[in-house]
Amino acid sequence: MTWNRGTGTGAHCKRPADRPLRRPRPKPTRTKAEGCERICGLAQKIYTHTLPNGLVLVAEAMDWLESAAFTLLLPAGCSHDPSQRRGLSNLTCDLLQRGCGSRNSREFLEALERLGADHSASVSGAHMSFGAAVLSENLPATLALYADMTLRPHLPSDQLDEARLVCLQELRALEDDLAHKVMQLLRQQHYPDPWGRSAQGVETEVEQITHGDVTQFFQRQLVPRGAILSVAGKIAWPQLKEQVEQLFAAWSDRPVAQTSEVASLGKYRHIEHDSSQTHLGIAFPSVPYGDPDYYQARGAVGILSDGMSSRLFTRVREERGLCYSVYASCHSLKGRGSVLCYAGTSTERAQETLDVTLAELVRLRDGVESAELDRLKARIKSGLIMQQESSASRSHSMASDWYFLGRVQTLDALSRIIQDLSCDSINQYLRQHAPSQFTIVTVGAQKLEVPVGIS
Amino acid sequence: MEFRKHVLANGLEIVAECNAQAYSTALAFFVKTGARDETADVSGVSHFLEHMVFKGTATRSAADVNRELDEIGSHSNAYTSEEETVYYATVLPEYQTHALELLADILRPALRGSDFDMEKQVILEEIFKYEDQPPFGAHEKCMAAYFGSHSLGNSILGTVESVTALTPDAMLKYFQRRYSAANIVLVAAGNVDFDDLIRTADRLCGHWPKQDAHRTPGRATPQSRFQVITKEAATQQYAVQISSGPAADHPDRYAHRLLATIVGDDTGSRLFWALVDPGLAEFAAMSSYEFDGCGIMMTYLCCAPDMIAENLQCVRDLQREAERQGLRDEELELAKSKVCAHVVLRSERPSNRLFAVGNNWIHRQTYQTVKETVDAYQAVTMDDVRRTLEQYPLTAGTTVSIGPLREVACPV
Repeated sequence: MTWNRGTGTGAHCKRPADRPLRRPRPKPTRTKAEGCERICGLAQKIYTHTLPNGLVLVAEAMDWLESAAFTLLLPAGCSHDPSQRRGLSNLTCDLLQRGCGSRNSREFLEALERLGADHSASVSGAHMSFGAAVLSENLPATLALYADMTLRPHLPSDQLDEARLVCLQELRALEDDLAHKVMQLLRQQHYPDPWGRSAQGVETEVEQITHGDVTQFFQRQLVPRGAILSVAGKIAWPQLKEQVEQLFAAWSDRPVAQTSEVASLGKYRHIEHDSSQTHLGIAFPSVPYGDPDYYQARGAVGILSDGMSSRLFTRVREERGLCYSVYASCHSLKGRGSVLCYAGTSTERAQETLDVTLAELVRLRDGVESAELDRLKARIKSGLIMQQESSASRSHSMASDWYFLGRVQTLDALSRIIQDLSCDSINQYLRQHAPSQFTIVTVGAQKLEVPVGIS
Repeated sequence: MEFRKHVLANGLEIVAECNAQAYSTALAFFVKTGARDETADVSGVSHFLEHMVFKGTATRSAADVNRELDEIGSHSNAYTSEEETVYYATVLPEYQTHALELLADILRPALRGSDFDMEKQVILEEIFKYEDQPPFGAHEKCMAAYFGSHSLGNSILGTVESVTALTPDAMLKYFQRRYSAANIVLVAAGNVDFDDLIRTADRLCGHWPKQDAHRTPGRATPQSRFQVITKEAATQQYAVQISSGPAADHPDRYAHRLLATIVGDDTGSRLFWALVDPGLAEFAAMSSYEFDGCGIMMTYLCCAPDMIAENLQCVRDLQREAERQGLRDEELELAKSKVCAHVVLRSERPSNRLFAVGNNWIHRQTYQTVKETVDAYQAVTMDDVRRTLEQYPLTAGTTVSIGPLREVACPV
C-alpha cells in the first residue's frame, strides 16, 4: 500500500520494495545484521550487560545522531502458542498495550505520543517485539513506559473482546493481501510446526481464547531469560545501564517452556482464489544467520535478488516481462534457515514465471561470477555504512545479532567477512548446498505444474 | 548544513542541502510532470516513461544501466505521482559524480521499440497487481470521482486499454514536451560536493533543450459522490473518501496536516480510538496531500463488510463533531509533538531529506531547514485549525467503497 509513503496519494515505483508493504501495524522486524567499522573510519562504541535475572542489554553509542531507538525482544513468539490457541501471542501483544502501571490504555498511548515516539509492536515465531525511536532526551521516559508494560501490564479483561476483534480484523485483511498471505502459507508448508506459523493464528482458535489463556501466556513467556533489550543512538552508557537495571530489576527470573515440533507439510500446495493474479512462493533449505556458512548463502541469494542487475530481476522481469515483483531472501530461525522467493504475475503467465524462476534457482549450482559478486559487495558496503544513519536500524540489527550469535557483530568484522567472500568460497558452498527440495505454494485461479526431478 | 543553489543556462535548477558530516549522498532529478499532464489518449504515459528511462540510452543498454547502478552500490529507484516523476539514487560520497553521470544519461532515454514492447508487459502486470490487491484501485477511483474531468482525476497507471494502445512515438512526443531542462530540478542532500555537482551537471545536462513546460493547474470543481464498486473476491470492505484541502503553496497546509493527525492519524487519533482500538475497523486513517492549485484530505477505511455502513457513519459523525465543536487544545499540542518528532527523526537520513528539499523546491521555490519546518508546525494556533475546518469541510466530498457488497448505505 502506498497510502502513507509521503510521495503523493498513489505514487508508483519502478521497483517494488523487496518485501510487500503491509499496514502500519504490525511493523516487521529485521532478521539480520550487517555493518562495517573500518570502512566508516569509526570506532564503534558497543556495550553489553546481563542483568542477574537474565535480561541482556546491548547498546551502541552513535554520537552523531539526535535520536535514540530501542528494540525489546521477548521470548514470547507465536511458536509458543499452545495448540488450539494459535494467535494467543498476537492477542497478548495487543492486550499488553492496553494499560500498565498507573496508566490506562489511552494514557499509555498518549504518553508515548507526547514523547514523539515512533513506535511499533509485532510478533514473529520466536519473539514478541516492541520498539520505538525518539529524540534522545526522551529515551529514558520511553524506556520507563515499556518497562511498565513488560512488568506491570493491566491485561484488562474488559478489553479482551476488543483486542480479539483487532486480531480477527487482521486475519480477515490478510485474506485480501495475497502477496503477503502466500509467503505465510509458504513458511507453514516448509517448516515443521510451530516454526512456520503466522502470528495471526487461526480464526476459530482466536475466537476461543480466554482471559486465563492470556494471563497464563504472560506468566509463562514474558520472562527476562531470553529477553534482549537493544539500544542505539545518542546515549550515555553508564546512565542507560543504571536506568535499565533499575527498571527491570523487579522482573523475576523464570524458566522458559520448551517447544516440540511436528513434521513439515510437504512439496506443493495450491490455494484456489478467484483472481487475475497468481502469487508464487518457493522455499528451499539453506543455513541460518549464525552458521559459519551463512555469508556464502547470503552472497548467493544476493546475486539472485539484490539490486536491479540481480539474476531474478533480470531474467524474470527485464528480459521476459513476466511480472512486476520478484525476489528471494534469506530467512533465519535459530538453527534452521531457508531461502524464500516470491513472484506475482497474471494467471496465464504463472506457469512460465514458475519455470523460469525455478530454473534460475537451480542454475545457482553452476556457480556465480566475479562481476556479480563485486556488484553485490558494493551494494552491501553502502548499505552497511548507511545503517549508521539510523538508530532504529542499528537497534534491530544488534538485537537480532544477540539472538542468533550471542554477541554483537561489529561493522568492522562484518566488512571483513564481506571483503573475504569470493566466487570460489560461494561456489564451493553451492556445490555442497545446491538449491533443491523445493516447497512451492501458489494462490490463484489455477494450479500449476510443478516440474518433477528438480528436487 | 548549508543550502546551495544554481541555475544552468538552459534553466535546469540545481538545489542542495549539503552536510559534510553525512555518511551518504542522495541525488534526484525531479521532473515536474505526472498523470495530470497527460491527455486521455496517452493515459499512463508518465509512469510508462519512468520505466522506459531505465531501459537504456544512446550509449547504454538496459542491462548496462541496471549493472552500473549496482556497481556503485547505489540504492536507486523512481516513482511517478500526479504531478512529478522522480529518479533518485543514494550512494557513498565518493560515487557522487558517477551516480550523477548515470542519472543524467538515463534522463535522455533511447526509447527503443523492442524494450518498449517488453516493458509494456511489466506495466500491464503492475496494473493487474494493483487491481488485485487492497484497496483494489480505490485511491485512483476516488480521485477520478472527486475531481471529475479535472486533471488531478487522471490515473497514474492508466488503463489496460490506454497502455496497450501507447506507441513509442506518442511517448517520445510527451517526453520532448515535458522533459524540458526548465521543467527539471536536480536535488541533492547529504555529503554533497556542490561545486562538482554543478560542473558535472553542466557538462551532462547543459545541452538539454529548453522549452516552456509550464502547467496551468486549472480550477478544480470537486464532486460530491458516493460510489460502490463490487469486488466479489474481496474479504474486507474498503472505503476511500476525499474532501478538499489547501494547495501546496498555501500557509494553511500545516494546520490541515495537524487536523489530519488529530482526527485521523493511524494511532492515537479520534478515528483510532473510535474504530481501530475497539476492533471495529482493521485500519482507519486520514492524511492530507497538497498539489499545485488545490489539496485534498483523504480518509481510508478497511473493515468487515457488515461493519462498513456503521463505520462510515461513525467517520461522518466524528468529522461533523470536529466541524461543529472544534478540537481541544491538548489534542493540538499532542499532534504537534507527534508531527515534529516525526519530521526530526526522518531528517537523519539524507535519502529522506532529499524528498523534503525537492518537494519544497518544486512546489514553492523555497528551502526550509528542519528547524523551520518544526517552527511552522509549532506556530499553528487553534484559530488556524478552526479556519481550515471552515474552509475545507471534512464532511463534503466523495466516497468510493470497494468490496464484496453490492450496496452500502451512504452516511447522513
